Amino acid sequence: MAITEAARAPAGAAGAAPLLTVRGLEAWYGESHVLHGIDFDVAPGEVVTLLGRNGAGKTTTLKSIMGVIGKRKGSVALEGKETIDLPSRAIARLGIGFVPEERGIYSSLSVEENLMLPPKIREGGLSLERIFTLFPNLKERLRSQGTKLSGGEQQMLAIGRILRTGAHLLLLDEPTEGLAPVIIEQIGRTIAELKREGFTIILVEQNFRFAQTVADRHYVVEQGKVVDMIPNAELDANIDKLHRYLGV
Amino acid sequence: MFELLGIPPQALFGQVLLGLINGSFYAILSLGLAVIFGLLNIINFAHGAQYMMGAFVAWMALNYLGLNYWFALVLAPIVVGAVGVVIERLLLKRISHLDHLYGLLLTFGLALIIQGLFRNQYGSSGLPYGIPPQLAGGQNLGFMFLPNYRAWVIVASLAVCLATWFLIEKTRLGAYLRAATENPTLTQAFGINVPLLVTLTYGFGVALAAFAGVLAAPVYSVNPNMGGDLIIVVFAVVVIGGMGSIMGAIVTGFALGLVEGLTKVFYPEASSTVIFVIMVLVLLVKPAGLFGRPA
Repeated sequence: MAITEAARAPAGAAGAAPLLTVRGLEAWYGESHVLHGIDFDVAPGEVVTLLGRNGAGKTTTLKSIMGVIGKRKGSVALEGKETIDLPSRAIARLGIGFVPEERGIYSSLSVEENLMLPPKIREGGLSLERIFTLFPNLKERLRSQGTKLSGGEQQMLAIGRILRTGAHLLLLDEPTEGLAPVIIEQIGRTIAELKREGFTIILVEQNFRFAQTVADRHYVVEQGKVVDMIPNAELDANIDKLHRYLGV
Repeated sequence: MFELLGIPPQALFGQVLLGLINGSFYAILSLGLAVIFGLLNIINFAHGAQYMMGAFVAWMALNYLGLNYWFALVLAPIVVGAVGVVIERLLLKRISHLDHLYGLLLTFGLALIIQGLFRNQYGSSGLPYGIPPQLAGGQNLGFMFLPNYRAWVIVASLAVCLATWFLIEKTRLGAYLRAATENPTLTQAFGINVPLLVTLTYGFGVALAAFAGVLAAPVYSVNPNMGGDLIIVVFAVVVIGGMGSIMGAIVTGFALGLVEGLTKVFYPEASSTVIFVIMVLVLLVKPAGLFGRPA
């Protein structure tokens, strides 16, 4: 099933030009063809999630937007600028911040070095004080080795370090995976606060109950394609359909 | 004057000094190898040839351009480092996705070509390079005579090694290097130009070898084979210290030079093999090296 152009259009910001436009995005891991033509839009200030079963292509979609996958084609435009042929370092400098599924905390760097590693790419990033307000644990662990932190603290560090950079589109890959409920709540509050501050966020999530608390819209990914878009307000009405998609 | 196990102090401290001199070269060269291996995953077998090139650039600067030792100390690392940058861009970059073995074979071939070219042009008997007048002579310490130039080599090596360690472990640039070593894909996704870092790191590692070559020129004769003779020992030092370990390369370099020097005093027959015996023992007990992290 393919979604219509109308369904693809961002609902969060009526009339606003999309911040990110993805069309016909295909990607490969070696010989394996993983994405078969992903289409979706994200409006400025929106939080959208990519939902789907394991192996549907959600993480690969984020990696393809970020340009950290070997081979990709199609179109990924940020504020109208095509990025499909750019290396990931150039894509990042357009204002995209990436938090990978495995969090990507460097063991050879301290917490402070991890936090300060991504260079500032534009104005508008959060100050360190603001980041410590969102994630107070980090301030107490600045001298620790990055990978000595707990899973939740590592997730805070992974999110915190891209907030410094001035990136205005955040790609968060399963930020709640394996975390305790209390930490998931904290991550949820942080995402809501970032949304209030105007950040645009694409969230890959298995946990649609969590996604429901933070997102404006949900794209459903199946076998490397976006097959449906469900506005958050209509999620409960479509819960059976979503269960079928997710195999719950 | 006291004797230790029947060894006169002049002989003992003379060999300790010689050990520290050799250790200085081991430390700088193994440091360069560690920096290159850490980021590029390339076992740079051309390192000995690049050390030799540093000595030759000093000799050529003096004999063709009239530039003295102090100019050469700056010029040679820049010139040979630039050659390294070209090698990385034209050759190593193309095989960066392949197994370590390909890099080792390629740089081994490069080393043979570079040595062959210099041997063809300058012969293999060695060319003299004088000690700079400012460092001629020495100090009588009572228990031994300390030549000024040899003291300078130890101090300069130690300073360069510690400055390199500081750069890598304590600065923002060093954090970029360590991050790119650990996860180049993610580091690039933060907007950091990893390919440029890789090229400059190779150039820097090669420049360290050239710096050691200039330091060595007045101690040994400038000879196309000087690097080839040394590189095997330096690789053993790197293995003992731990591949890619910066502090491991520095500490092990100086320590093994010292061990080698002391072995010359107490059991000279083993002096040329003691480092390799230690290497075997370390590989058996701690395969990642004394300062290396297990894979």
